[in-house]
Amino acid sequence: MNRYPWWKYAIIAIALLVGFLYTLPNFFGEAPAVQVSSGKATLKLDASLEARVSQILVDAGAKADFVQFEGNSIKARFGDTDTQLKAKDALTRALNPDADNPSYIVALNLLSRSPHWLSSIHALPMYLGLDLRGGVHFLMQVDMKAALTKRAEAITGDIRTLLRDKNLRHAGIARDGNNVEVRFRDRPTFDQARALLTDQVTDMAWTPVADANDMKLVGVLKPETARRVQETAVKQNITTLHNRVNELGVSEPVIQQQGIDRVVVQLPGVQDTAKAKDIIGRTATLEVRLVDDSAEAGAAAVGSGPVPFGTERYLERGGRPIIVKRQVLLTGENLTDAQPGFDSQTHEATVNLTLDANGSRIFKDVTRENIGKRMAILLFEKGKGEVVTAPVIRSEIGGGRVQISGSMTSVEATDTALLLRAGSLAAPMEIIEERTIGPTLGAENIGKGFNSVLYGFAGIALFMCIYYRLFGVFSTIALAVNLLLLVSILSMLQATLSLPGMAAIALTLGMAIDANVLINERVREELRAGASPQAAIHAGYERAFATILDSNVTTLIAGIALLVFGSGPVKGFAVVHCIGILTSMFSAVFFSRGLVNLWYGRQKKLKDVSIGAVWVPPTAAADEPAKS
Amino acid sequence: MEFFRIHRDIPFMRHALVLNIISAVTFLAAVFFLVTRGLHLSIEFTGGTVIEVAYTQSADINKVRHGVEALGLGEVQVQNFGTSKDVLIRVPLREGVKQDELVGQVFGAVCKAENGVVGTHQEVSDKGEQITRPDCRVGDTEPVAFKRSEFVGPQVGKELAHDGAMALAFVIIGIVVYLAIRFEWKFAVSAILANLHDVVIILGFFAFFQWEFSLTVLTAVLAVLGYSVNESVVIFDRIREAFRKYRKLTTPQVIDHAITSTISRTIITHGSTQLMVVSMLVFGGPTLHYFAIALTIGICFGIYSSVFVAAAIAMWLGVKREDLAKSVSKDLDPDDPNAGAVV
Repeated sequence: MNRYPWWKYAIIAIALLVGFLYTLPNFFGEAPAVQVSSGKATLKLDASLEARVSQILVDAGAKADFVQFEGNSIKARFGDTDTQLKAKDALTRALNPDADNPSYIVALNLLSRSPHWLSSIHALPMYLGLDLRGGVHFLMQVDMKAALTKRAEAITGDIRTLLRDKNLRHAGIARDGNNVEVRFRDRPTFDQARALLTDQVTDMAWTPVADANDMKLVGVLKPETARRVQETAVKQNITTLHNRVNELGVSEPVIQQQGIDRVVVQLPGVQDTAKAKDIIGRTATLEVRLVDDSAEAGAAAVGSGPVPFGTERYLERGGRPIIVKRQVLLTGENLTDAQPGFDSQTHEATVNLTLDANGSRIFKDVTRENIGKRMAILLFEKGKGEVVTAPVIRSEIGGGRVQISGSMTSVEATDTALLLRAGSLAAPMEIIEERTIGPTLGAENIGKGFNSVLYGFAGIALFMCIYYRLFGVFSTIALAVNLLLLVSILSMLQATLSLPGMAAIALTLGMAIDANVLINERVREELRAGASPQAAIHAGYERAFATILDSNVTTLIAGIALLVFGSGPVKGFAVVHCIGILTSMFSAVFFSRGLVNLWYGRQKKLKDVSIGAVWVPPTAAADEPAKS
Repeated sequence: MEFFRIHRDIPFMRHALVLNIISAVTFLAAVFFLVTRGLHLSIEFTGGTVIEVAYTQSADINKVRHGVEALGLGEVQVQNFGTSKDVLIRVPLREGVKQDELVGQVFGAVCKAENGVVGTHQEVSDKGEQITRPDCRVGDTEPVAFKRSEFVGPQVGKELAHDGAMALAFVIIGIVVYLAIRFEWKFAVSAILANLHDVVIILGFFAFFQWEFSLTVLTAVLAVLGYSVNESVVIFDRIREAFRKYRKLTTPQVIDHAITSTISRTIITHGSTQLMVVSMLVFGGPTLHYFAIALTIGICFGIYSSVFVAAAIAMWLGVKREDLAKSVSKDLDPDDPNAGAVV
């Protein structure tokens, strides 16, 4: 009766193997590495740079374990810190010939030392939380009210233009918070305007309001529009933050949305909050200027003449110089949106800009007077400008909707739109939580967490082995398997391990032993009642199971509550706690039974079980409650 | 080896009244301290700024305090944290003070008190990671080093308090519903009352000693709530079994039997969990200190309440063999006179 079919052992073997493989990367530690990332918003990394980096490293004699291109950075791992520093110097020299205007950011970093075959099956070490490795954490609140107001302002401008284009005379347009009020003097205009606005300005819900002297249309921002505005605001802010944070050369920055209107930024290895804040809060600015296409300017562009008076020389994204007038026509302030799109007639990729009311008026005048000329859109970062795009003006553009098209792939259009938007934050952000953890403190915390688990585990193991003998050994092995599975699942999920998470591991192990104590006590009790060893083992496991299930469910309820309502450290605790409860069900019941079956199950005439002395009360028969 | 050599069922229920009075007194004392002293909430709940610095020698708290008070930031708390070399500075939220720059200002003041100059230090750790950090230098020495800082805005604190309350409510409702389905409503009510009484007592301890009540402590409280309900569940399980098995026993006798037969397991599992918690208390450092303390109190009172309180409440609520023999219970009488007999 105490035998497992072969497939149950197979499940155990597979679980152990998988658990072992995925726990393994955590033991390799980290190796020095160099990370190359883009230093400018206008510069995108691609696979060709990977080859270049490899070549530079070979030339410099810095032997890298591997060079890897991933997403927006190229990482190279080295055997020791000397090679790492050598590689960094070589890369900095080769990639950034102009030290004052670096195109790439070359930073020192750490990478997991685990072998490649482990990474290829996605066995990666757990990500260490900031409290274990040091760094800064910001929680930023996006000012949604400002985002909505900005949107309402833009719509107000649109309405003004729309009514003017259709020759509908209004008696005043006013924005009140996120609502727009349009007044009219006569009935026919009012009706026409109402039809027009309902049809064209779909972002708002229009309701007529009768007033004492004139008729009024009140537009309220629709909830779905408001939601969309908020979503895009957060997304755009995250994109902008990504671009800016890249510059810090942080190995694994975390920039995530939290809740509806918050963004978490975590920068490991950075302790200098002032600098981090400076970079995060920096505003890149966008400017629209006219291109000087005169002969002198052409000469200046190729470098054969001086730059004409009133103009400046900038580089285009491709690296070609271009001469641009000093006069700023529009700034990023006037740009409300930039999206990639397609021209409905030519099917060319386009970038569609939306300008606010003031911007559209200026833009209309400028385009009317400069048909056939080129205008340049410049992005200024860190005080240095670069031309994002310089299209030719084909006709007068009114209405604030600008389409830039011509010889662009859709990827380029998307990039350009992103750059134009990346200039600024969609809505202002405020830091509402800030945490800085020094690197030494992080290392101390790892040691403390690790020791807590280690000595707690040792204490429990010692006690179990003495008190329950062989069954105690089984319980201890089961507990160790629980730890193995827990760590492997956390590694698979790429969960962030923090100090509360380590506390949760300790606590979960302390609680998980409960199941084995229940089983062992039950087996003893059955033996005390006179059951045969095999029957006692069987009954012990069977009867204890219902109780174990109950107790785990109540613990799980608490764990889920923490998971749902907790944030930050509490969530870290809860994740580990919940997973630990689940793995303990497997290890304490299924796995430990497997061990017991393997040891005792084959012995047909089992006389004795090693579960510690089972003490039978001398007058047991007399004191046993009467059975009916 | 066997610790518990119990000859006959221990008549716990004979002393139920005395035991319940003891818990009632402890409970009321805890409530009293909670009301009069209140919890010493951490900045996670109240909002504010905390800065931890480490001195190379024992820190002169007064000197640090004078240095920071010169900034005029209101009621600044300065105290040792863990060791005499580590100092924790708490600055409350204040209108008109820009929190962004506060950490820098305070560190500057602390540094100035040591006659040092604040600068930015770039170094490469021995593992090869680039680290930038603010430092404070007097010549070549670094008398005080920045360890960590934390700033929490007022809106976050309010939310955390709200989320904490929601989590507590969720746990209570979840457990009551589960136990009501699995056992019977009387058990569910008595288990949750017994364990809430633990929670209040833990909070009472924190109020009495004015220990810092942080988010991690709240986590510990909720985790221990789920854990000690286990204990009641194990006993209830046995009560149900005993009701079915020994038809002639009275309710108190059944409860006595259930408690006696589970007491060794109760002590052993709690002891094992406590071993882990002690390990955290000893090795976990100051960050886990109050977490481990909350767990310790929770575990100790968890044993007490599930053994002495939960079963007794179930008895006062009038749990009967019929309640458990059949799954449908008829006497859901909220006006039960004994229902008021609650700790």
